[in-house]
Amino acid sequence: MSINKSNKSKLIYTFLAWTISSLIFFPILWTLITSFKTEAEAISSSPSLFMFDWTLENYEEVLARSPYFNHFWNSIVISLGSSILGLLIAIPAAWSMAFVQTKRTKNLLMWMLSTKMLPPVGVLIPIYLLFRNFGLLDTKLGLVIVMTLINLPIMVWMLYTYFREIPSEVLEASRMDGASIGEEILYVLLPIALPGIASTLLLNVILAWNEAFWTLILTAADAAPLTAFIASYSSPEGLFYAKLSAASAMAIVPILILGWFSQKQLVRGLSFGAVK
Amino acid sequence: MGSINLKQVTKNFGDVSVIKPIDLEIKDGEFIVFVGPSGCGKSTLLRMIAGLEDTTSGNIEIDGEDATATPPAKRGLAMVFQSYALYPHMTVRNNIAFPLKRAKVSKEEIESKIANVAKILNLSDYLERKPGQLSGGQRQRVAIGRAIVRQPSAFLFDEPLSNLDASLRVNMRLEISELHKTLATTMIYVTHDQVEAMTMADRIAVFNAGIIEQVGSPLELYNTPANKFVAGFIGSPKMNFMDVDPITDDPTCCLGIRPEHIEISTEAGMWAGKVGVIEHLGSETFLHVHVEGSGTFTVKAGGDCPFVYGDKIFLSAMDNKMLHFDAAGITLPQQHASVVSI
Amino acid sequence: MATTNSRTLARLMLFPSVVLLLAWMLVPLCMTLYFSFLDYNLLTPGNNEFIGFLNYEFFLTDPAFITSFFNTLLLVGGVLLITLGGGIGLAILLDQAIWGRNYVRIMVLAPFFVMPTVSALVWKNMLMNPVNGLFAHFADWIGVTPIDFFAQIPLLSIIIIVSWQWLPFAALILLTSIQSLDREQLEAADLDGAGPFSKFYYIVLPHLGRAITAVILIETIFLLSIFAEILVTTSGGPGYESTNITYLIYTQSLLQFDVGGGSAGGIVAVIIANIVAIFLMRLIGKNLED
Ligand SMILES: Nc1ncnc2c1ncn2[C@@H]1O[C@H](COP(=O)(O)OP(=O)(O)OP(=O)(O)O)[C@@H](O)[C@H]1O
Ligand SMILES: [Mg+2]
Repeated sequence: MSINKSNKSKLIYTFLAWTISSLIFFPILWTLITSFKTEAEAISSSPSLFMFDWTLENYEEVLARSPYFNHFWNSIVISLGSSILGLLIAIPAAWSMAFVQTKRTKNLLMWMLSTKMLPPVGVLIPIYLLFRNFGLLDTKLGLVIVMTLINLPIMVWMLYTYFREIPSEVLEASRMDGASIGEEILYVLLPIALPGIASTLLLNVILAWNEAFWTLILTAADAAPLTAFIASYSSPEGLFYAKLSAASAMAIVPILILGWFSQKQLVRGLSFGAVK
Repeated sequence: MGSINLKQVTKNFGDVSVIKPIDLEIKDGEFIVFVGPSGCGKSTLLRMIAGLEDTTSGNIEIDGEDATATPPAKRGLAMVFQSYALYPHMTVRNNIAFPLKRAKVSKEEIESKIANVAKILNLSDYLERKPGQLSGGQRQRVAIGRAIVRQPSAFLFDEPLSNLDASLRVNMRLEISELHKTLATTMIYVTHDQVEAMTMADRIAVFNAGIIEQVGSPLELYNTPANKFVAGFIGSPKMNFMDVDPITDDPTCCLGIRPEHIEISTEAGMWAGKVGVIEHLGSETFLHVHVEGSGTFTVKAGGDCPFVYGDKIFLSAMDNKMLHFDAAGITLPQQHASVVSI
Repeated sequence: MATTNSRTLARLMLFPSVVLLLAWMLVPLCMTLYFSFLDYNLLTPGNNEFIGFLNYEFFLTDPAFITSFFNTLLLVGGVLLITLGGGIGLAILLDQAIWGRNYVRIMVLAPFFVMPTVSALVWKNMLMNPVNGLFAHFADWIGVTPIDFFAQIPLLSIIIIVSWQWLPFAALILLTSIQSLDREQLEAADLDGAGPFSKFYYIVLPHLGRAITAVILIETIFLLSIFAEILVTTSGGPGYESTNITYLIYTQSLLQFDVGGGSAGGIVAVIIANIVAIFLMRLIGKNLED
């Protein structure tokens, strides 16, 4: 009797959850499906979910029309480069804050986070002009620098919350065992914090991959990552749904897969340790 | 070699003075135990000796050389933490090898030393496991193994057994004592446990609020405590204190008598009291006796104690066992005490 | 764990981060501040005269500023409301015993990984287009007039798109937080005869406090400077109906090449963000720090 009842409620909840999550996922699914349709089918007023002639011609056309792999490579260099560079700068800082706490540590963290709140437009013009003067406009290096800086506070904060969970006695033990600070970080801290470091890296790759203010403003062609590649479809090509879908799919699928694989670590990282 | 000499050592955390000037000479090969109430600064002093905390003023000398500013890695000391602080990502073998690798010891030598330590500590079967797969006692052994493998000039222990259950504690206590006998290396050992302190120590240092109240052998502290604090702290159950002289009925300053130094009688004695809670431990019995005007006394009696709750009994102090303290809590000479107890 | 040695080292290791962020913040900010007092237009290269607060006067008295100011608030507030409300609901639903929870999680999380330009384009063209969009087809099918989203309700449309992007984030953080709730508390409440609503209000909601704070903080940081979604969908229009402050400054400075005016706007945006930041920092200072 009670088994029956709980099974019934499980059925209802399952139905509800699947319906809602399908609705949330639908725009992505629809994009993926449309990317295999012909343009005519894509705007048909009685659209079909699966029953149509699947075609790859949109992908071919997108690849022919624009240097997709160029943009893809730019995205990889910018997001990975800035995340790794950021880690190199953030790890020592997070170590200091987590293990050599002073009265100012909390304020420093807050200040770092507050730089994240500085609206990009507040510094847009000087950065634009500086980039122009230093020849950094439309270069990958320029974007790597900017992405590193805008994500640095998040990285420091995330690493800090991970490091804080490591008992400082373990690090002290290594010091007693004759390890220098470098060895302590390399052989003890980093291996223990590896999951946290990995999720910090992942989250920042995703944030940098999707960043769409500086990437749109500071690039033109050479260094333009996928965000800019997609923005070029805003009009009037956007009306070619099938091609738009194919381009979109090519921009989001890599990061979608990465995100799905790492969802567990991401959630913790995303909340800055507010939930465990 | 491992003599450690503290000279006028102090420690402040901000404005709070945690260690008041402390002088302490620890001889090479000595087993010294730090005891004292929670928060009195034992761990802090131990960590200062280790180099994990700065010394605010004063000097720490190791083997006659000033080591006050030497970083922990260079002091040649080993520490065993209460939480064991093993490296969770390394196998037992690598945990023990870590200090040797840092000291650039050759591979073959590391292997032979690990084998040796594993044999001494019964760890040979666990060398390839990670700390997470070990029991508390095994982890403790690994921590000790990691400490002894590099032959430090002194060992620092901060409540190493407090996370273990009672029987394991007894075993490990014996093992550490045994280790001390074989290695003959200086050991500084912080504990809360009376039995550990009394049984393991060559000397005990009793701490209170950042100062050392007294240093001496366990029996010295038990028999001739320097002051009321030490008298109350060493010995279990605690010494009974009262401030009314049982003979003259005069209000005096502080008398003390240990529970095991009180005789019970049904007819007459220094104090008349009523039996309260009785704790039977089998081999012995603790009676909590309410004495009019002097509070509750703890009295130790034999295992076959006949009294029950509410009985009226008389208590007397054994000869020369009562301690007298002056207004500042300093123990007064014994002859004075015997005058009073006539 | 703090000795002079390690403290010196700690300072050294903090140095790069602090200097970089300081440079990243202060240098451009000072330049913006400086430009904001100049008559500086890239199209009319002149002597860039000092004109005092004239740029600010123009920016602040421009009706577009007031509109975009309120649009910014509406955008941030609306998205926070939708994502928090929806997120709590979803989190509670996903916390129930259901079949295939992992697949549900994957589907719910997906929009977070979609880059803003893509989600804006997909929603704009394939879903919200008044002629060929899926919503229009659907409206036709049930026999009502399709809405022209970006003409009739431009700001709300953007709020919907952005909420879709951020709902997964809120839902997943809240779900993780709910899952860490001590079941015994709920059972104790059951024994005390608490109904589902009082259980939610007195036990679940307070437990979610930290997670909600985190969601508000992080979302606000990103939502204050929404840009790509507006650029791709409405370009701020019609009129200024969907222009937020970020977008307004972008149009002024980069599209009209008015460096002085744009800089004044930038400074205003910084001040607004600071006011919001102070509120938020208070909030986390209390809630995120243990
Ligand atoms: N980093 C610190 N900052 C400020 N005060 C501290 C710090 N570390 C310890 N203290 C204070 O110094 C005093 C001594 O602490 P310590 O840990 O040495 O005590 P303890 O004798 O080891 O106590 P226990 O027996 O409980 O371990 C305590 O009052 C503690 O609050
Ligand atoms: Mg302690």
